[in-house]
Amino acid sequence: MLATIIRRLLQTLVVMLVMSALVFAGIYLVGDPVSMMASPEATDAQREAIRVSLGLDKPLVMQYLVFIGQAVQGNFGNSFLTGEPAMRLILERMPATLELASVAMLLSVLIGVPLGILAGLRPRAVGSRAIMTGSVLGFSLPNFWVGLMLIMLFAVQLGWLPASGRGATVSVLGVPLSVLTLDGLASLVLPASTIALAKCAMIVRVTRAATRESLPMDYIKFARAKGLSEKRVLGVHLLKNILIPIVTVAGLEFGQVVAFAVVTETVFSWPGMGKLLIDSIINLDRPVVVAYLMLIVFFLVMLNLAVDIIYTVLDPRVRLERRA
Amino acid sequence: MASRWLRLLAGSTLAMAMALGATAPAAARDLVVALKTEPSSLDPQYHALTPNTQISHTLFDPLVRADAKLQPQPALAESWTVDGNVWTFKLRPNVKFSDGSPFTAEDVVFTYDRVPKVPNSPSPFTLYLGSVAKAEAVDPLTLRITTKGPAPLLLINLAQLPILSKTAASGPAPEGKTTTQLNSGDGLVGTGPYKFVSWKRGAELVFERNENYWGKKPDWDKVIYRPMSNAAGRVAALLAGDVDMIEDPPTDDLPNLKKNKDLFIEETPSVRVMYVAMDQYAEPTPGIPDLRKNPLKDKRVREALSLAINRDAIVDRVMGGVAKAAGNALPYPMFGASKEHAEAPKADPKKAKELLKEAGYPDGFSITLGAPSGRYVNDSKIAQAIASMWSRIGVKTSVEALAPSVFFKKRDSYSFSAYMAGWSATSGEMSNPLTSLLMTRNPEAGEGTTNRGRYSNPEMDKLVREASRTMDDDKRAKLLQQASNLAMDDYAFLPLHFELSVWAMKKDIRYEGRPDQTTLVQYATLKK
Repeated sequence: MLATIIRRLLQTLVVMLVMSALVFAGIYLVGDPVSMMASPEATDAQREAIRVSLGLDKPLVMQYLVFIGQAVQGNFGNSFLTGEPAMRLILERMPATLELASVAMLLSVLIGVPLGILAGLRPRAVGSRAIMTGSVLGFSLPNFWVGLMLIMLFAVQLGWLPASGRGATVSVLGVPLSVLTLDGLASLVLPASTIALAKCAMIVRVTRAATRESLPMDYIKFARAKGLSEKRVLGVHLLKNILIPIVTVAGLEFGQVVAFAVVTETVFSWPGMGKLLIDSIINLDRPVVVAYLMLIVFFLVMLNLAVDIIYTVLDPRVRLERRA
Repeated sequence: MASRWLRLLAGSTLAMAMALGATAPAAARDLVVALKTEPSSLDPQYHALTPNTQISHTLFDPLVRADAKLQPQPALAESWTVDGNVWTFKLRPNVKFSDGSPFTAEDVVFTYDRVPKVPNSPSPFTLYLGSVAKAEAVDPLTLRITTKGPAPLLLINLAQLPILSKTAASGPAPEGKTTTQLNSGDGLVGTGPYKFVSWKRGAELVFERNENYWGKKPDWDKVIYRPMSNAAGRVAALLAGDVDMIEDPPTDDLPNLKKNKDLFIEETPSVRVMYVAMDQYAEPTPGIPDLRKNPLKDKRVREALSLAINRDAIVDRVMGGVAKAAGNALPYPMFGASKEHAEAPKADPKKAKELLKEAGYPDGFSITLGAPSGRYVNDSKIAQAIASMWSRIGVKTSVEALAPSVFFKKRDSYSFSAYMAGWSATSGEMSNPLTSLLMTRNPEAGEGTTNRGRYSNPEMDKLVREASRTMDDDKRAKLLQQASNLAMDDYAFLPLHFELSVWAMKKDIRYEGRPDQTTLVQYATLKK
C-alpha cells in the first residue's frame, strides 16, 4: 500500500510539472498582466517598471525556472494583483469551498441513493418514472439558472433565505465554518441545493442502474429465499454491492465540485476558491492560477487514491497494488 | 431569514441598552454595500485604481479632495498659496487620526516619501507625484511642496493621495508598514470618517465610524462591503434585502428596478467616454485586407464613419438610456471641453455615403472592429451596433469581440484598424484624455500612452504641452478647448457616449453619484 501511495505521489509531481508549464505558456500567449492591472494613465516607463518589479521582463523560460526553483521550496510566488502569497490566498478561501462541496455532496447522496434504489426496484412504477424524469431535468438545467431561480423564489419573493454570502461563521481549529451557525446554515441552503440538484440526478441514475444489475443476482435471490426481511436484503446485501459504483461517482463528482464550483460561487457571491480562480484568470494573475491548479491536481489525485482505498474496504477482493 | 432575526434581536438589544442608557443618539444603522470589484489591497499606496481608491478615501483623507464635480476642495489642507514653483499649504489644525494622535505636516512628508518605496505595486501612485520635486514640513501645520515646473494639475493629483499616519505606518521595511501588514489592519490609521475593523478577502470588509473624525459625522455606525462580481447576484441581494446599496445594476434590469417602490436609483453622468479609435499610421492597415492603401488616413472617411453612427440609437437601444451621446472626450461644460463639440454629431448616412464616394470608395470597404467583451457596460453589443451602422453605408464591418486581456494585447500590438474602448478622465479636465489618447506617441515624455490609433497632430501636441505649463485656469481652459477642437475637427477618434454611473439602493437611502464612478460611503445618507 505504501508503495502505491509513493508511486501516486510521483505521478502527481509529473502532472503538476507539465501543467504548470502549460499554464505559464498559456497566460503568456493570452496577454500582458500589466495591461490588465496598471492604471490606464500609466506611462510606458511606469509600465516597464511594473514589469521589472514583477519579474515579467525576463524571458519566459527564465521566469518558469525561477518559479520551479521557488516552488520546490514551497513558495508559489506572490499574486501579481494583491502582492500576497498566492498559496495563502487560495488556502484562505478553501474552507468555504470544501464546506459547500461537502454539504452539497452529502445532500445528493442522502437523497440520491434511496431514490435510485426505489427507482431500480420497480422500474415501471409511476413513481420511478417520475424520479427518472426529474433526474433528467436535474442535470440538464444550467447551474446558474437554477441558482438564480432559487434566489428569486426563496430570497426575493418569500424572503426566507439570504441570497448571497456565507453568513456568520464559527472558527473551529482556526477554520471558519458556516454549518455551525443558524445564519451560516441559512446561507448554505440555496447554493448547496443548486449544486446538489445536478449531482443528485447523477447519483440517482448510477444507483438505479447498479440496483437493476444486482437484483437478478443469485445472492439476492438466495437472501430472499432464506426468508430475510426486505429491509435486510436491501440494506445489507444489495447496498453493499452497489456501493462501489456510487463511491466512484460521488468521489469524482466531489472533486469536480471542489475544483470548479465557480458558477454557483459567482451567482451566490460565495467567498470560495472558484471565484478566486475566475478573477485571477481574468486579471492574468499567473501565480494564483498556477498555484490553484497545482493544488487542485494534488487534491484530485489524493481523492482518487482515497476512493481506491475505500474500494478495498468495501470489497476485500480488490487489491490496491494491482489497480495502481 | 435567520439573519433578519439576528438583526432584529441585535436591534432590540440595542434599543434596550439605549432605553437604559437614556442619552444615546437615535437608532443606529449599518450600511451594507455590494461592490462590483473587491479592492486588491487596503494599502492606500499599492494599486492606483478605482476599486482601491474608493475604499482608501473612506479611511484616509487627502490634502485636497475632489468634490462631486471633481473640483479640488480643502480637506486636510485648509488653504494654499502658489509662488512660482513653490506651493505652501496651511494644514487643518486639531485634526486627529483614528488612534487619537495629532495630524501634522510630518505625516504628509512621510506619506509622499513612501509612494515610490512600495514594492511590487501593479499600478504605482508615482503617477500622481511626477511633478513634485520635494515636499517638506516647515512647521507642524505648514507644508511646502516644490514642483519641477509649473504644475497646474498638482491639486488634482494630490487629491489621489490619502495621508497615512507617520507614527502608525512606520516600520523596519524601507516603506514602513508593508502592504501585507496594512492589509491586516496593522498601521491602517487615517483621519477619514471611518476606521478599519476587519477584512475577510472575498467575503466582507468592515469599517466603523471614526469618533475622532474632524468633519461631519457620517450616518452609518458600521459599513460592510461585500464583493459581488456577478451583476444579477447584486440585484438579487438588494431585492432580498441582504444589502442596502449596490454598484452598477445591469442596464437590462433598470426599468424594473425603477418601478420598484422599495428602491431608489441614482444616475450620474460620468467622465467615462466610450470611443472608436482608427489606425491613422499603418500602410496598409491590418484590419482592411482588401486595400493596399489605408483609407482611414483620409479625414473624409473618418468623418463618414462618424456620420454613419447613430449615437442616440445606441444610447436608447443598447444602453437602455443609461448613457449620454458624446461629441467630445469630456462632457461640456467640464474643464477644457468646448461648446462647439458639446452636442453629439447627428447621424447622416446619406452624407456619409457621399463623403466615401468623394474619397474614392464609392463601394466602401471591409473592416474589422475590435472590442473588449466584459470590460465596459454592454461593450460587445455597442460594437455590434456600430458594425451594422457602418455596414449600412457600405463599410462592411465584422466585430472581433475578445476577452479584455486578449483585446489589450492585440490593441497594444497595433493589430486593429479600428477598435472600441473606454476612457475615464478621472482628473475631470481635458488634458487627461488628450495626453493619453490623442497626443503623438512619445513613450519617454509619457505622451500618447494609449494612442493606439497613432493619430498625430503637432499643432495639437503643442497646445496641450503649453496648457500643461499654464497656471492661469482661464488661459489653460482656452488652450485645451482649442486643442480638443483641433482633434475633433480632424475626427481623430470618434466619441460615442458617456456612461451614466448607476447605483441602486433601498428607498430611504440617498447617494450623490460621482462622475468618477466611485462609491464613497461617507456621502451615502439616510433620508430624513
